[in-house]
Formats: sequence, C-alpha cells, structure tokens
Amino acid sequence: MKKELRVDPTLCSGHGLCAELLPELVTLDEWGYPIVARGPVPRSLDRHVRRAVTDCPALALKLLPAS
Amino acid sequence: MNGITQSTALWYASRATGVVSLLLLTAVVLLGVLVNRQGRLPGLPRFVVTGLHRNLSLLGVAFVAIHVITAILDPYVTIRIVAIVIPFASAYKAFWIGLGAISLDVVLALILTSLARARMSRRLWRSLHWLSYLAWVSALVHSLGSSNDLHSGLLLYMAIACTLAVIAAVAWRVTHAGRDIPREERAAATLAMMSPARAPRTRGTPRGDAGPRVQGGSVPRGSAPGDRAPENVR
Amino acid sequence: MTYGTTVPYPAPYPGPQDSYPGHPGPAGTGTEAPGRDLPRLLPVHRAVPVDLRTHLSRYGAPPYLGSPGKLIPVLKAAGLTGRGGAAFPVYRKLQAVADARTRPVVIGNGAEGEPASDKDKSLLWISPHLVLDGLQLAAEAVGSQAVALYVHRNARLQERLRAAVAERAAAQIDLAPVEIIDAPPRFLAGEESALAARISGQPAMPRFKPPRVFEQGVVGRPTLVHNVETLAHMGLIARYGPAWFRSAGTRDEPGSMLCTLHQSDGGRDVVETELGTPLRDLLRLDGTQAVLSGGYHGAWLPAADAARMTLSNEDLQAAGAFVGAGVLVALPADRCGIAETARVARYLALESAGQCGPCFNGLPRIAAALDEVASPRPDPRAVTDMIRWAGLVEGRGACHHPDGTTRFVRSALHVFREEIRNHSAGRCVDPGRQPFLPLPADAALDAADWS
Repeated sequence: MKKELRVDPTLCSGHGLCAELLPELVTLDEWGYPIVARGPVPRSLDRHVRRAVTDCPALALKLLPAS
Repeated sequence: MNGITQSTALWYASRATGVVSLLLLTAVVLLGVLVNRQGRLPGLPRFVVTGLHRNLSLLGVAFVAIHVITAILDPYVTIRIVAIVIPFASAYKAFWIGLGAISLDVVLALILTSLARARMSRRLWRSLHWLSYLAWVSALVHSLGSSNDLHSGLLLYMAIACTLAVIAAVAWRVTHAGRDIPREERAAATLAMMSPARAPRTRGTPRGDAGPRVQGGSVPRGSAPGDRAPENVR
Repeated sequence: MTYGTTVPYPAPYPGPQDSYPGHPGPAGTGTEAPGRDLPRLLPVHRAVPVDLRTHLSRYGAPPYLGSPGKLIPVLKAAGLTGRGGAAFPVYRKLQAVADARTRPVVIGNGAEGEPASDKDKSLLWISPHLVLDGLQLAAEAVGSQAVALYVHRNARLQERLRAAVAERAAAQIDLAPVEIIDAPPRFLAGEESALAARISGQPAMPRFKPPRVFEQGVVGRPTLVHNVETLAHMGLIARYGPAWFRSAGTRDEPGSMLCTLHQSDGGRDVVETELGTPLRDLLRLDGTQAVLSGGYHGAWLPAADAARMTLSNEDLQAAGAFVGAGVLVALPADRCGIAETARVARYLALESAGQCGPCFNGLPRIAAALDEVASPRPDPRAVTDMIRWAGLVEGRGACHHPDGTTRFVRSALHVFREEIRNHSAGRCVDPGRQPFLPLPADAALDAADWS
C-alpha cells in the first residue's frame, strides 16, 4: 500500500531533524518549518523515512495512506 | 591478582560503574533540556542531540546493569535481587539503595514508554517524562549515601559539577519557557515584529526579547502545544 | 427573485399531495408544495420571528421518515449542497456518517465567524424552527441521539433558541434533545474541526486531517456538521420533495440561498435568492469599482466582470472566486481597494490560531506587506515578498485559513493593480483610507478568546 509522508503542522515546532535525516523529501522554509514533498514515498527511502518519523521530537511526521 | 580479591574487584566494579552511570544520567538530563529548547551542540547536526539523548540513556542502563549485578554478586554486602527494583528492600543500607532502585525504576519506565511513544497518549508520555528529574535526584542522593566515594576528592568535585550543571539547565529551561509566546498570541507577536506601530496591544505580561534565532527574525518558535507544561495549555 | 418583492407566502390549502417516488409528501398537513417562488426560508413579514404555532400551522410537524437513511436518496435527488461555504453535496456527508459504526453526533453550525455574513444569525433569529426541523431530520437520517446547535456568541439569540427547543420538547415534536452550545467569536470557530474541538471541551482551534470529523469529530465520534441554512433547506425538501427544491436555481446548482449583500452606499441586508441570479440584480453596480464574492476567504472581481456574471460557481469559479456563504460586497469607486484588503488581511492574520508555523509566520508578514503597499510610495519589494510568502503558506496549515487568505490577497493584487501603480507614484483614490469592509473591533489575544 502506497504511503505518503505528511507533517501535522499543529504539532510541528520546527526542530528541523526531518530535513537533516530526509533531505530528499524535506526542506525547511525561511522560518524553519518543513516543506514535505507530496506523493507516495519511494521504496528506496523507506528506512530513512521511518527513522525521521520515529526521531521527530514532536512526533509531528506521519506516514499516511496516499490519497 | 596480588592483594586484590575477587570480592574487592566486584565492589570496585560496582562503585566505578555507579559513577559512570551517574555521569551518563546527568548528560542525558542535560541533553533532554537541550532537545526541549531546540538547542544544538555547536557544529553538530540537530539529530545528534536527540540521538545522543536516546543512545546515552541506553548506554546508561547498560552501566547500571553492571553496577547492580556486581553489587548483588559481591558477598561483602547483602543486597537481594529484588532490591534492584523494589525500593528499600535491601538489608544493607536500605534507604540509600532504595533510592537507587527508585531511580532505576523510573529510568526503565521512561525508556519503555519512549520506545512505545507513537502508540501512547501524548499527554501521558509527557507527564511520565517529567519524572526524569526525580530519577536524577534520586540517583544523586543514592550515590552520596551508598558509599563515601563522593564525599571527598575528585569525585566530590564531579558530584558538585553535575549538580550545578543540572540546576543551570533547569533554570535556563524555566526562564526561556517563561518567554515562550502562547499560540493565541503568536500571530500578534509576528505582526508586532513586522510593524510595531500597528500591532495590537497584548494582554498580560508584555514579552520583551522574543529571542528569534532565525535570520530575518521569525516568530520565536516556542514549543508546539503538546510540548508545553500542562498548566499553560487550555 | 429576491426578497423584498411582494410575493405572497403560499398559504396551506387542501389539495393533491406533492409526490415523488418513495416520498409521500408532508404527512397530515394537506399542504401542497408551494410554487417555486421565493422566499422559502424567510417569511414575508421579516421583522417578526416565526413562533412554533405559526411554524406548525404553515408547515406541519417535521415529516419524519420512520427509519435512518431514508432521507439520503431524497437529498441526493434534490442536489442540495452545503450552504456554509464549501458547497459539498449534502447527501454524501450524511451517507458517510450513517455508515459509521459508532454512535454519531449531529451539529448544526451557526457560528458564522465571517464578519461580513449575517445570514445564519438572521435565519436563526427569524426562522429557528426550520433549522431545528432540519436538525431533527438529519439526526434521524444518521441514527443519532446526540444533537446540538453551535451558535454565535449572542446571549439574546441563544436564549431565544433555548426557548424554541424547550417549546418543541414540550410539544414532543423532536426525536432527540438539542443542546445549544456557545461558539467563541473567532473567524475559525465555525471550521469543522475547530467546532469539534470546541464541543469536545477544548479551545476552538482546527485540527490536522485525517481523520475528518465525519470519521472522528466530537469526542472521537463520527460527527455530521451542517450549516444552519443547509438544515433549513433539508427540512423543506423533506416536506415538498426534490422537484420542488429544483424548481429554483439552475440545473447544476439547484435551489435558493441566503446572501448577505453590502451595497456601495453602505446598505447591508440579508436576502434570499436563487442560484443563477445575475449579480447585477443583487448589487447596485454603478459607482462600484469591484465586487468581493465569498467573504474574506473569497476573491475580488472587477465590477465590469461582475456585471456579466451570475451567482453560480460555474461563473464565479472561472474568475477565481466562488459562491461560498453568499457574501457579496460592492466596493465604491471612491475607496482604496488595497487599503481595504490590507485591513482585512490584518484581521485574518490576527485570527490565526497560532498553531501552525507557516500560518502565524506568513499571514502577519503578508498583512504587513499589504500595509506597506497601501501606503504612499511603497517599497517595491513588498509585492514580491508577499507573493513569495503566499506561496509558502498555501496548503501548509491544518485548515484552509492560509489558503483562503492568499486567495483573497492574490485577487486584490490583480484587481487593484492600477491602484498599486498609483501608490507607487504617490497617489491614492482615498488617502484618508475610510474603512468600508466590516470588521470586529477586538483582536483575539489570549486563550480565553478561543474558548
């Protein structure tokens, strides 16, 4: 099942780990908040995505079924 | 081994690993404060702070395990196995060992709940994590009372340094949390930063230095609502 | 046809029942469906709110269908879409909640956080029983006993509604008890997930989706949220059938709707009109430079374009606007459109819940940049910065507040581009910046303002 990476902006406080751990999918805007690439997560990045989701101090990153 | 019996070796091992455990726990507490305030270790990526916080806590548990096992095995003192986790169940120095047990219990709970973090209530995880300070204090007092090692010399200075470091970190955290802008006021605060003359007057204590850390001045990030102390969130 | 023309309200008389396959018509009243004529929701003598007795003699009791789900195909045939702004097909929301397995909650949304909109308050004040009928019918359709009306903070209105509910309970008309719940006076208070949060006992702040409220809303239960006007239409469709509802409006956008009209001379009124009505029949466009359609999350249109358009998403969406909750404002030619937009943008920025970084960082910056552009000889970077920030906030909030705000602002940059050029040259059509668009006086400043 294809999954999509999304950030819950009400929980995100701009720690910025996700951009370091997953630069292929996440960049930070000029205020330090993540811009997450849309679309299903490529299989090759699975491990890194799971790490980013686990390591987010605010638990703001979520892997959801792709709409 | 000349002049050193196996028993003495176990006793020394227990005391030494005890000291290392205290140092590691102190480091974990300091790193925890750093994570919460979104601080960084100079020159290192952000994920190092969270990574070290987690990994040093696991390393600390490993050292505590050796500390505890050597103490049990050492025939010189009588400490029952159950005393590891049940406070004040030891025959030898019940009170001081008991504090160690409390500390270990809390640390284990913190580690287990943090591993299961995604599956539990955010508020519950957070409330439990506050107990980390209790674990540290308990470990410190346990260290001071269980043997005379920390009463003099280098180890005394180490104990003082750890205490001062934690006090300083807590003070830093509390002062900065006091300056965090509640979410209801954040937009107004940004507006004030952009055009001070036309911003609405905020009610309550005026917040002075907003402390933006980002170039161009962004609104002080503060922590997300879930990270703030319960009494500040409605 | 707009309210205000002398359309005699159809009086009940014995006659053939209006029928639709599977729909027997309003039970026991012998009332034939009224003609297509408007008004349907607001009575002719508007100054007098309709009391229960008048309501019952005119419409009879709510025509319960006997079991859950039966109303849904009727609403599907009628093509009723939400009147709260999103225009989502009503039957689909009902179906989604009816399909849920846990006990659903039904909420009538009368928060009306949009400052330029008066229609929901007017409807609740004048024809509360139409809304309450619809609420009961919706509750029956999804099998819910947990029903509430979420109402704009106005003590008199809430008191009036509590009395109406008590009266209906005493007359045993209602299937489910109705609670009246106070909504804080915030722009976002009526947003679905903010509503669910408030009713669950937290501040009225939007939540991240998924899950949507029809899956998990109030205290985690599947929640059906409908605008009060939508509920009023439901109550009438249940009585008179889909064909009657479709006798007004267009084929793709059937029915009538309430609009809040702001004329260029300052006149402000709520009217009922049918979809497809030409905008020039609603707003007096002479002396008007631009029309705002859809409220403060809507878009500006040049008056000349508006004169050729009808009140329909078909026309308005092609121009970047939409029907929304029927707010239409005619901006007089002697006002500065940029200054007005800047005032509203500042309000919208301050109405941010402050939860999402892009929103509480971006919207105030956009507002400040607009303020700059509204001033004489503005910094030329203000517009480019504003456009960059607009791109940064769109789609990155938990709700559509950033998106709606940028839609409004972008449309202003386009429609008022002449005025922007004037400002660069140091001229303005209204240097005194007289305010025109309605805004509340106080800004939300602390947690209590959101509860």
